[in-house]
Amino acid sequence: MTTVSAGDDVFVRPGRGAGLVDVFRRRYLVKLLVRKELRVRYRGSVLGLLWSYVKPAVQFLVFYFAVGVFLKMNDSVENFSVYLFSGIVAVNFFSEAFGNATRSIVGNSALVKKIYLPRELFPVSSLWVAMVHFFPQLLVLLVGAAIVGWRPTPMQLAGAVLGMVIIMVFALGLGLLFGAVNVLFRDAENIVDLILMVVTWLSPVLYQWTNVTDALGDGLAWRIYQANPMTAAVNLFHWGFWYGTTDGTAPLPPDLLVMGLVSLGIAVAFLVVGQVVFRRLDGRFAQEL
Amino acid sequence: MNMTSPTATQTQTDLPRIVVSELGKTFVLNHTHTLKDRIVKMFRRSATPSKNVFTALKDVGFEVRDGEAVALLGLNGSGKSTLLKLISGVMAPDQGEILVRGKIAGLIEVGAGFHPDLTGRENVFLNAAILGMSEEQTKAKFDEIVEFSEIADFIDTEVKFYSSGMFLRLAFAVAVHTDPDIFLVDEILAVGDEPFQKKCLARIRELKASGKALVIVSHDLDMVSKLCDRAILLRHGVVVSDGPSAEAVAALRGEN
Repeated sequence: MTTVSAGDDVFVRPGRGAGLVDVFRRRYLVKLLVRKELRVRYRGSVLGLLWSYVKPAVQFLVFYFAVGVFLKMNDSVENFSVYLFSGIVAVNFFSEAFGNATRSIVGNSALVKKIYLPRELFPVSSLWVAMVHFFPQLLVLLVGAAIVGWRPTPMQLAGAVLGMVIIMVFALGLGLLFGAVNVLFRDAENIVDLILMVVTWLSPVLYQWTNVTDALGDGLAWRIYQANPMTAAVNLFHWGFWYGTTDGTAPLPPDLLVMGLVSLGIAVAFLVVGQVVFRRLDGRFAQEL
Repeated sequence: MNMTSPTATQTQTDLPRIVVSELGKTFVLNHTHTLKDRIVKMFRRSATPSKNVFTALKDVGFEVRDGEAVALLGLNGSGKSTLLKLISGVMAPDQGEILVRGKIAGLIEVGAGFHPDLTGRENVFLNAAILGMSEEQTKAKFDEIVEFSEIADFIDTEVKFYSSGMFLRLAFAVAVHTDPDIFLVDEILAVGDEPFQKKCLARIRELKASGKALVIVSHDLDMVSKLCDRAILLRHGVVVSDGPSAEAVAALRGEN
């Protein structure tokens, strides 16, 4: 099914959409797809959406005791629970958006094979579903931060928003890229699992950025480490949600906001590459699935 | 019904709805789906023929105008469904091109967008949105859709509890109440029991009379010759004839 918004006397080639722009035109359909996805995921489940609170809370408790208490990180980092949790929600958000977007085309093969829709709809819906799961976690984080005396500045909050935008753009870009490749090679799903693991451990979620500079120095290796957009996003989340709970003596990563904007640039570059690859492969989806 | 080729001077209303020219489509069979397969194949290229190419359509050309109902006829594997998928945009052509004007509704597979875990009502809204309708348009047509499907009592039941007939009725009802300029119909007229089938056929005639362009794939030759004025006969992906449907039906029956 093609919705051609051009005039009635204009000929178009069917199946050649405008990519992400088309998705924006069909926001209503995205909304319904997201609702369907959520309904289907929690079918027959008593707790339903509550699971998106339970899972990160348990993950948080496990890490808190394993890393915070047993490995004694609580002693060296003030309010380590908030520090840890703000990193975890960032990485959870990224993992779910990227992982689901990768599987979205193959997962919707019934539609992709039979009806023409701008296929970018499916990765974008995945991103939305991830956002729906992200907000309860964010709420838990805000409550936790408030309990230990959170006093954010407007700049810190803006930094956290920048972090969210980086994650969304980066996850969508990678999701488009790997979602398209996954149609041709199902290996992509495994590669994505690897990428998610690497990104999680290479961003300063379980440790502090100073642990990295202590080990790597501040030369090229540190630059490469910082080039990971998730590093900037996690740093910005720490700044936004954790820094305001401390006495402000903890050292901030150098060029925090500049690196945030550079990371946003890298994420946008991934989005462009993802969209270009997606459109190149789009014409083959129906016959390869 | 205008079946002749375009005249030299065309006014806007004279423009065809669908223009297919020199269309070709090939498929590579035995495609590999993992990198390992692909790599293994690279090393074995010398041993086995690397590609197994199947030509589904070759040098196909025709036009469809408003108010025309065109049947695509042919035996299994003649390329009818592939042609329909190319017109709908689900697949992209390898040679030639297709141009369409206005909104297309592909009844290529009724109920492709239906999800068993959603209720009938939710599925109506989702499927209508997939077929390009807005929320207001769907709301305006909702009662009509439910009435057409004759399953009002079950509209708030999850679709997985529907019988196959109920499912198809609802899906068909949604599809024929979207308001496109072009309808692509693939073998879906075998919907429900006989009274409902008659209702569907009546609805399709109505659409045709109101000036929609229809392209229909069906193996029900009697129905096709009644419903369509014109038929395109395909054999192994090549157009054999393009003319009155009765002649094409006779030719196809002769082939068997």
